[in-house]
Amino acid sequence: MMTVPTSGTHALASTVAQFVWLLPLLPLIGFLINGTLSLLAVAKLGPDDPSAAGHDAHHDDHGHDHDHGHHAARHKFAGIVSLVGPGVLLLAFALAVAIFVAMRGVEMHEPYLLTLFQWMPVGDLHIDAALQLDPLSMVMVLVITGVGSLIHIFSVGYMQDDPGYPRYFAYLNLFVFFMLLLVLGGNYPLLFVGWEGVGLCSYLLIGFWFSEKANADAGKKAFIVNRIGDFGFLVAMFLLFANVGSLDFAGVAENAGKLPFGGVVITAICLFMFLGCTGKSAQIPLYIWLPDAMAGPTPVSALIHAATMVTAGVYLIARSSLLFSMAPVASLTVAVVGSLTALFAATIGLKQWDIKKVLAYSTVSQLGYMFIGVGVGAYTAGVFHLVTHAFFKALLFLGSGSVIFAMHRAYHATHNHDDAQDMRNMGGLRKYMPVTWTLMWIATLAIAGIPPFAGFFSKDEILGNVFARAHGSMLSEVTWLGVPGGTVLFVVWGLGLASALLTAIYMTRMMLYTFHGPNRSGQAEQGHLAEAPWIMTGPLVVLGIASAAGGWLNLPELIPIGPIGALEKWLEPVVGVATKRIAGTEGHESVSTEQMLIGIAVAIAVVGITIAITRLKPAALVTKKESPASTGFARVLEHKYFVDEGYDAAIIQPTVATSRVVLWKGVDVGLIDGLMVNGSALAARALGWLGSQLQSGQIGTYAWVLLIGVIALLSAFTKYH
Amino acid sequence: MLAESLALSAALFAIGVVGVLTRRNAIIVFMCVELMLNAVNLSFVALSKLYGATGQVFVIFVMTVAAAEAAVGLAIIIAIFRHKQTVNLQNINLLRG
Repeated sequence: MMTVPTSGTHALASTVAQFVWLLPLLPLIGFLINGTLSLLAVAKLGPDDPSAAGHDAHHDDHGHDHDHGHHAARHKFAGIVSLVGPGVLLLAFALAVAIFVAMRGVEMHEPYLLTLFQWMPVGDLHIDAALQLDPLSMVMVLVITGVGSLIHIFSVGYMQDDPGYPRYFAYLNLFVFFMLLLVLGGNYPLLFVGWEGVGLCSYLLIGFWFSEKANADAGKKAFIVNRIGDFGFLVAMFLLFANVGSLDFAGVAENAGKLPFGGVVITAICLFMFLGCTGKSAQIPLYIWLPDAMAGPTPVSALIHAATMVTAGVYLIARSSLLFSMAPVASLTVAVVGSLTALFAATIGLKQWDIKKVLAYSTVSQLGYMFIGVGVGAYTAGVFHLVTHAFFKALLFLGSGSVIFAMHRAYHATHNHDDAQDMRNMGGLRKYMPVTWTLMWIATLAIAGIPPFAGFFSKDEILGNVFARAHGSMLSEVTWLGVPGGTVLFVVWGLGLASALLTAIYMTRMMLYTFHGPNRSGQAEQGHLAEAPWIMTGPLVVLGIASAAGGWLNLPELIPIGPIGALEKWLEPVVGVATKRIAGTEGHESVSTEQMLIGIAVAIAVVGITIAITRLKPAALVTKKESPASTGFARVLEHKYFVDEGYDAAIIQPTVATSRVVLWKGVDVGLIDGLMVNGSALAARALGWLGSQLQSGQIGTYAWVLLIGVIALLSAFTKYH
Repeated sequence: MLAESLALSAALFAIGVVGVLTRRNAIIVFMCVELMLNAVNLSFVALSKLYGATGQVFVIFVMTVAAAEAAVGLAIIIAIFRHKQTVNLQNINLLRG
């Protein structure tokens, strides 16, 4: 890779930051090595398709295959892969920390740009392959490489017996490469390359166990739903170029001010961009792919579908904060959609039985929170919640992975073919998995918003900001669909509080059913239930510490137990202008109001947990097989409000019918095949037949024609005087 | 004198044309073609009074070509007769489309 630093004058140019290109390169190297090993193994052993490797009769809904009866042997390249896969990530993380330290040592007034090469010099459009380092991308890089490293290490244990082991790490490394490209890209098109790349890796990893049709379908669903969002992102880029004339972040920041404030153009750009975010970050109406994405291996759910990729939309809005701060209506839309998603997903999470599905809806709900944050112009709060969520949700997912791993081993040992992910088959696991139990409770308290765990601070900051914006800001002064912005923001705040309550309830429910009460996995299985190996619990411990202490990143002024607002100050050069523009001059709420807000937040979390503990009876629960079908509203929740069925009836079936009747039978068979292909052949034949009729073979006829022709020519060329 | 000659030439040519168009016997059609050629020859000779001897030179050429044509044409007609036992042009339509 050629490196020609173009901004040699930047304070970072002479530091370790000049090696920023190594950050994405390292996982790419890992991808190449692991991918090659995967292909080599295929050539020698036959495809690593689980069915080809002897998938035994066990078919649970989730395609989780730790249970290859006669495939306990590790992959022949497992040693190298275990070294390279997590190794490149750890190196990247070390480099990221070094760059972070270097960044702390200099004044970051403008981002550090490293142009690698000219990418698209076309007319007025100049797009370079340029990496951009600024406080925001630094935060994202640290989360991606840090949490990513832990999840890679966890995967070594979790995936050790899988026949597709090198393929798994190849995809995972490739994902990190694209994710780093997404956050380091210095312009929208490069960000979009990463954006599409992570989508591809998400597809590949959701359908990792592709021999089960359900898994392959889930991958396709994710890809297709994301395509709708990507369309929005593309349109936003076109509009941006047509109206602002630039696509790199610096150029947009410089020229965006020329657009009329709150005008149609800027609002359209932001709304289309947000459509992209609803796809990638699973918001209403495009959230439906994320719960299905749980078909992939659990560490993938932790890395891609909880900690990093799905937060790309939040990153995009924070990155485009200058644009969104000029479009208050679009910003309010973001906040409203975020709050609706938060509540909607949280209600579904109340009645899910699959442990990963609970976490999936919880992720959708928490992403909604982040969008509330960036929607009301509290960009720091949104990014803060992104970071803390990456900690505790990765911990929850890896913890659930650890639980599923244990359940699978137990079921495998006893040849039980029950569902290893259904909480009704678990219960009482605390006794067998004390480390996982402890750490998952930490994460649960963090996500529920109990101080001093990480989620409390970030969630409180988001809700506090909504409250403050509702009282007086740029957003409260506009009208949104005829409703005053202040009213809209109060509703958003209320929805946020309601989903906070539900979050506490469904998370406690998950913990109670999984770890407490009597064990329901069966008499024989109990002897085989055990804690996961250290290579899996180790990363959990690190994430547990981060989930407990992540709040220190950005402490509110009211709780001065460390540096106040560190993240706020850190991100100030990136989002400061936009935040101030939206917040206006009103400033902070009074101390008593803030105290009241914190009190409400904590009270709601405590009430939620109490409701769950007092109302739910894990002892009364029976296994999945013995459970009756639920009725009434519980059934609606269990079936996710029948949204998938609704989309199927409203969009998919009409599309299929239209394709069949109009496009296939009508356009393809009728118009293209019939009229155009066969029709042109028919026309040629008809013309030929007509021509052949002239050739009678009768010389007399020819002579007549000749004579008539001669007379015609003569009369045409003869001048009469 | 010139006008009468040209009129005779036109009359001969018209007779030839009508013969070619209406008769079905190949020999007669052939003879009618010869008649047309000679009608042209007559107008060449007649007009040479106005435009010099070039027309008369052309007449020699035409007669030469007509002689060659007669040789080849009659040979073809004989060949066709041997093949089909007829020289009726209506029966000779192998090149029908």
